[in-house]
Amino acid sequence: MSLSNVFNIAGSAMNAQTIRLNTTASNLANAESVSSSVDETYRSRKPVFAVQQVDPLVEPENEFGQAAGQGVQVLGIVESDAELRQEYNPAHPMADEQGYIYYPNVNVVEEMADMISASRSFQINTEIMNTAKQMLQQTLRLGQQ
Amino acid sequence: MAISFDSALGIHDEALLFRARRAEVLSNNIANADTPNYKARDIEFSAALESVSQPRMKQVATSSSHNTELLSPDLAADMMFRIPNQASVDGNTVELQQEMARYTENAMEYQASFQFLNKKISGLKSAIKGE
Repeated sequence: MSLSNVFNIAGSAMNAQTIRLNTTASNLANAESVSSSVDETYRSRKPVFAVQQVDPLVEPENEFGQAAGQGVQVLGIVESDAELRQEYNPAHPMADEQGYIYYPNVNVVEEMADMISASRSFQINTEIMNTAKQMLQQTLRLGQQ
Repeated sequence: MAISFDSALGIHDEALLFRARRAEVLSNNIANADTPNYKARDIEFSAALESVSQPRMKQVATSSSHNTELLSPDLAADMMFRIPNQASVDGNTVELQQEMARYTENAMEYQASFQFLNKKISGLKSAIKGE
């Protein structure tokens, strides 16, 4: 039944958006985590989304042709390669021998935009689930009145 | 006169299946709204209607090693890729507002098909009861 598939698809999207929201929270929380070397500094984390493809051997094509796919999956989390923010501050307790401290490459404005985008996408997918639920409930009442 | 359920219900049961199927395709588009290089897809109603009303050439398995379940070329063209109004930089062609509008429209059409089917069934019921 393809309508119950909608729940899986919207669920996978909600899961992916939650992971995205988690990385955003982590990035924002660590936006000011100072360190004394380039290697130890926190780097902005981003999830990588990809389509969850259906295995054609497990689920052959149905009467309407190609399979619709199975929602979205998170392939992994990658760290941003953007340059770290270097600041000359010899008085800082974390400063290295040259007197530099390193700030993470977290762009707070970008993260806020990402956060809003993730929360909107999550909202839309709950809406999709609700509509699919109504459609299914209606089908259960077929021929009853 | 014999009553056949198949002819009594008309096209509405097929239409209901089609709407459910389209809901799946559209929800998949919306789920992948943030996936890079994802191409939005949709099923055309007229193409599906045509394949129901007049079946096109069917493939025939002439050898036991042919797998008929894996691929159906006569129906593969029904699901099309959408042409975006404004292509996005990451190669994604989902336009969220439009997909949402189509999804809601599809839900309404599902409701319409459902009403038709329901009325057909209550019509059959009263015919059986002789009211």
